[in-house]
Amino acid sequence: MGKELLNVKTQYYTFAAPPSEMILKSGEKIGPVTLAYETYGTLNKDKSNAILVLHALSGDAHAAGFHDGDKKSGWWDNMIGPNKAFDTNKYFVICSNVIGGCKGSTGPSSVNPKTGTPYGLQFPIVTVEDMVKAQKHLIDHLGITKLLNVVGGSMGGMQALQWTVSFPEAVSSAIVIAASVRHTAQQIAFNEVARQAIMADPDWQGGDYYGKTVPSRGLSVARMIGHITYMSKDSMEEKFGRKLKGKKSLTYDFSSDFEVEGYLRHQGDSFVQRFDANSWLYISKALDYFNLAERGNLVSVLSKTKASFLIISFTSDWLYPSEQSKEIVKALKISGKDVTDIEINSNYGHDAFLVEIEGQSKIIPPYLERIFKRTK
Amino acid sequence: MRLDYKIILDFIEPNTNVLDLGCGDGSLLSLLIKEKNCTGTGVEIDEQSIYKCVENGISVSHGDIDTELLDYTDKRFDYVILNESLQQVLYPKKVILESLRVGKKVIVGIPNFCHIDARFQIFFEGRVPVTKELPYEWFDTPNLRFLSIKDFKYFCRKNGITIIKEKAIANDKIINFKTNLLANMGLFLLEKIYV
Repeated sequence: MGKELLNVKTQYYTFAAPPSEMILKSGEKIGPVTLAYETYGTLNKDKSNAILVLHALSGDAHAAGFHDGDKKSGWWDNMIGPNKAFDTNKYFVICSNVIGGCKGSTGPSSVNPKTGTPYGLQFPIVTVEDMVKAQKHLIDHLGITKLLNVVGGSMGGMQALQWTVSFPEAVSSAIVIAASVRHTAQQIAFNEVARQAIMADPDWQGGDYYGKTVPSRGLSVARMIGHITYMSKDSMEEKFGRKLKGKKSLTYDFSSDFEVEGYLRHQGDSFVQRFDANSWLYISKALDYFNLAERGNLVSVLSKTKASFLIISFTSDWLYPSEQSKEIVKALKISGKDVTDIEINSNYGHDAFLVEIEGQSKIIPPYLERIFKRTK
Repeated sequence: MRLDYKIILDFIEPNTNVLDLGCGDGSLLSLLIKEKNCTGTGVEIDEQSIYKCVENGISVSHGDIDTELLDYTDKRFDYVILNESLQQVLYPKKVILESLRVGKKVIVGIPNFCHIDARFQIFFEGRVPVTKELPYEWFDTPNLRFLSIKDFKYFCRKNGITIIKEKAIANDKIINFKTNLLANMGLFLLEKIYV
């Protein structure tokens, strides 16, 4: 282990100020748009060592290191840093937040310049394509014409795929982890139940709750559903089993008896402190709308890309199962692209992309090294 | 260099495109890239071997030969290699014919289960042979198919597959005489003309 990244700062880039607003996939316009981002390491002279890290649904720009005085590190700190899988001694790593989010980027909780009040449901529907389009503005602003790599897990993997299709000239390689080219009915269904939980909360108020009571019960249930889908049956059994929480026998009421109940309640409650319910609605909708093969078949869509690919999945991930990764691999093979894929043995379910560090740290450095050498 | 690798390298024209099925740690592909300026990719089922392939700078797909082969278009590769992997697949006939579909030529390396040592063990000891080249007991062998050099040639004849070149080896030496008795490995360069 190398040194830690200290005094990391979130930065902000604002663009698309009226009258040159950003045009979204839906045809609606939005501007100005701010993206929160962080960078680690140093951009080399020929700007050939830049890696863009893309986060999952509830993630943010703070991927690695510590903010000043903070005890909690970024969400992928075990993967990004000096001598880690994404070695900041070698590479310039950028992590960008998404449009529609609530962690410093323009989203439903931002103030609508036309009304002077938060957008709420006046915020236009955004898609994964729009997220990527906004990030391209940021990458242009940083003066980078070609990214060595785009990488992400879950929704981050979908953004990585979209990057290779939307901007084929700007991406040398993509690492797509625990992702898919489109949601299945089951995946949409889980998101819809979570959205309904938020919208059924009387405090949601049609999305107009800013400055009032936030729909914390709804968002908390949404997060609980998410957590169930992120873990595997075995990892839950191992962590909780039927253990009771702080009591010796069943209480015969509806307080939380089992540890798993306590865990979910805690996860739900703490999520409410850090995430906006409307952002959850917007981003989960973007995930459901995502369909890389929307305009034609997957092979012809992926034929456009000029990237090499590393596709990673995990054995116990039932939310984004390995078959969905293999579907990407198959299409890449048929379209003649350079692709490597691995199904890493893991018990952690979908969460594995955040916690199964050993396998990912073994495969990513030599893969990046090969791509980096080739681009020189 | 391993003699079977050397023979395979001799079978392969430089600057060609190769698919190695059951590529292990990617060492044969690395050699082909280095010595013959080939491009190539592999298929391997063992997770730990995938890490080694990537360390060796090889592109590789993690999966079963039987299913992965279906992902490639016709004559996509100049050569498809099945070195010491054919005896471990569930549907060897399908795998050979599919390999001949995706590759212009196919290279097969098989262990010869009718080597003289094995024959002696069956005949005199009455036991399923365990030899230096085939070190597994019946209960832990990864091999699903047991064939001889003669069996393989018969198979090719029956299925309209042309053997362009063949070599047999034992103990790091080329065997030219009574190969089905004296060699413990046979290597073949195959082609099938579809009319």
